[in-house]
Amino acid sequence: MDLTYEWDWEYAWEILPDLLDGLWITIQATFFGIILAMILGLAFAILRRSEVRAISWPTAWVIEFIRSTPLLVQLFMLFYVLPHYGIRIDAFTTGVLALGIHYATYTSEVYRSGIEGVPRGQWEASTALNLSTMTTWSRVILPQAIPVVIPSLGNYLVAMFKEVPLLAFITVFDVLGEGKAACTRNFQCVEPYTLVGVLFLIVSIPSSILVRQLEVRLARQP
Amino acid sequence: MLEWNLWRALLDGTWITVQVTVLAALLGTILSILSGLAGLSSVRAVRWANQVYVDFFRGTSAIVQLFWIFFALPFFGISLSPLLAGVVTLGLNMGSYGSEVVRGAIRAVPRGQTEAAIALNVTSFDRMRYIIFPQAAVTMLPPYGNLLIELLKASALVSLITLSDLTFQVQILRVNGSASTTQLFTIALVLYFLLAMGITGLVRAAEGYLGRGLEIGRGARRS
Amino acid sequence: MPDNPEPNHDEPSNSRSAILERSAEPDAPARTASRLAVAAGDELEGSGVRFSGVTKRFGDLTVLDQLDMEVAPGEKMVIIGPSGSGKTTILRVLMTLERPEAGTVEVGGEQLYHEERNGQLVKASEKHVRQVRRKISMVFQHFNLFPHMTALDNVSFGPRKVLGLSKDEANERAARLLEVVGLGDKFGEHPARLSGGQKQRVAIARALAMEPEVMLFDEVTSALDPELVGEVLNVLRDLAENTTMTMLLVTHEMGFAREIGDRVVMFDGGRVVEQGPPTQIFGDPQEQRTRDFLRAVLDRE
Repeated sequence: MDLTYEWDWEYAWEILPDLLDGLWITIQATFFGIILAMILGLAFAILRRSEVRAISWPTAWVIEFIRSTPLLVQLFMLFYVLPHYGIRIDAFTTGVLALGIHYATYTSEVYRSGIEGVPRGQWEASTALNLSTMTTWSRVILPQAIPVVIPSLGNYLVAMFKEVPLLAFITVFDVLGEGKAACTRNFQCVEPYTLVGVLFLIVSIPSSILVRQLEVRLARQP
Repeated sequence: MLEWNLWRALLDGTWITVQVTVLAALLGTILSILSGLAGLSSVRAVRWANQVYVDFFRGTSAIVQLFWIFFALPFFGISLSPLLAGVVTLGLNMGSYGSEVVRGAIRAVPRGQTEAAIALNVTSFDRMRYIIFPQAAVTMLPPYGNLLIELLKASALVSLITLSDLTFQVQILRVNGSASTTQLFTIALVLYFLLAMGITGLVRAAEGYLGRGLEIGRGARRS
Repeated sequence: MPDNPEPNHDEPSNSRSAILERSAEPDAPARTASRLAVAAGDELEGSGVRFSGVTKRFGDLTVLDQLDMEVAPGEKMVIIGPSGSGKTTILRVLMTLERPEAGTVEVGGEQLYHEERNGQLVKASEKHVRQVRRKISMVFQHFNLFPHMTALDNVSFGPRKVLGLSKDEANERAARLLEVVGLGDKFGEHPARLSGGQKQRVAIARALAMEPEVMLFDEVTSALDPELVGEVLNVLRDLAENTTMTMLLVTHEMGFAREIGDRVVMFDGGRVVEQGPPTQIFGDPQEQRTRDFLRAVLDRE
């Protein structure tokens, strides 16, 4: 054991711009990924509540299946399988797709709890006013369900951010991809991987605190 | 379908996945309990050190931790085998999430239970061991089961540090062109799903076992 | 607070209770030695208790204000007073559930929160506290039974883990005690499947199994449905009449307080307002506050 490793500041300084470029890619992937997850998740949640069993039942199983299998394998599958069916999209888009689908299974649970939190009377009142299903959802139920679930969605945003580095293994140069490249290029791996870790801490700890504050503020509202 | 030797490779990989998951779960469970208790300690320094551990592992990404331990640590003269690096990283990671689960469940046990134990003059260690923890364990199990599933999923990361788990085997077979890519990945996902269902089943069974006599009492504990 | 009908000593309302069967023949010789005491494995000997200048505050609120109070060995002392008057805190301080800011507490001549070192009183170690606390046990308003254990395990747990009895000895003691409080058919039940009155009888058996010299009862019938109060009071009555154990009871059951108390203490605003034998406190209270309190309570009954 040799704990006297000499940290190479010059090297660290040299690779930092690349890592920051990578971090920007990571943030972009997180942004698009969570948007996809929020839209798909809502669709999952609504389909799962369908009164038609032929819809709700398969939806429940698909959610369960995607949620209990590794994102990495799903990512590889999309990356290597889609081209076989003539679907050619770039690695970044493939990554966002995988992130969005995987996390949609989590956000659908979040929406579900939000929807279940809307009192039964709201549905009954909508029926009494003869509102269409579409109007009931978009004007009555969701406006009440969504604000409540925002902090939980925020938690998944932070969780997703920490899984974006998997995209490095389908050739995306996110922050870990850049770190890996520096490591293999220079045979010096302590600085890049340490910096990658530090960058994650710098972004995710304040984000978690922000989400927690949002939770507290929402909990205080009546 | 697939030839026998391909199945053989996939099942070998599954076996490695199971090993990594079980070993990391053991480490992760021990760390969850220790860290959960440390979070409740009356000594400020212990709580603080524990918070550093939890925030560090929750704040960085599991894959980054794994790469650091596997690729950066050797520069300090510490080289871990892929299996050990995987188990240590995933265990430390799980512990940082389990910490909260354990702490929350212990705090949810009604104060009267501690008071009754004091009235019986039970030592603080026995109080935790026989009175508080067994009750908290019932509350812990469902979120603990979720952590185990997350761990199983995260175990796929070890394929990236050359450990030949299920994901690794699929990648090898894909590169060799031994079978259709779609088929390989579908089988792998189904195998993972079966393992996850196995975990869910075990946790349910444990809930039934630990919850004996409690099922009616959970709401009515105080009346 | 449920307005509980005053239990009638001479009219057993629950024929299943072993206690009642016995108390139906009031002159039986069994009276001299309580079956409960015998079942607990020992003749229960009381210890005295002394509070000196005990002060307890919660924030700005002073719940015990320089309390000086002595309880004689074997005395049955009933504490009454309005809710929030601090009467429960007396028991909780004695059980070490609340630590007082000032003052000393002695049990059987030994300091509870302090110990003597080099001729000086210093803060007691955990070891010392446990050694003195051995003499005390408590029954709670909300029972606080261990929900994950059967009735038998609830009672045998303390003797086994704290007193060091073997599993068989502890179970035997627990079985005897449960038998005497009329729960001979409930050994294997978890608390969730017992009624409130049954839970409280298990809790009393659990406390007794520790062979305490001082027993504390904190509003033990307040959380019970009115029709279940009698079965618990019967057990307490047996203990009060037939053991030499020191008992401190906080209760709203005035009829019961008059019947079994050697002394009644009226407590309000963190202080003793008035105390004396039940006949005096209930028959001829000297203080206006005691009269007001008793009128308010007795009107409800």
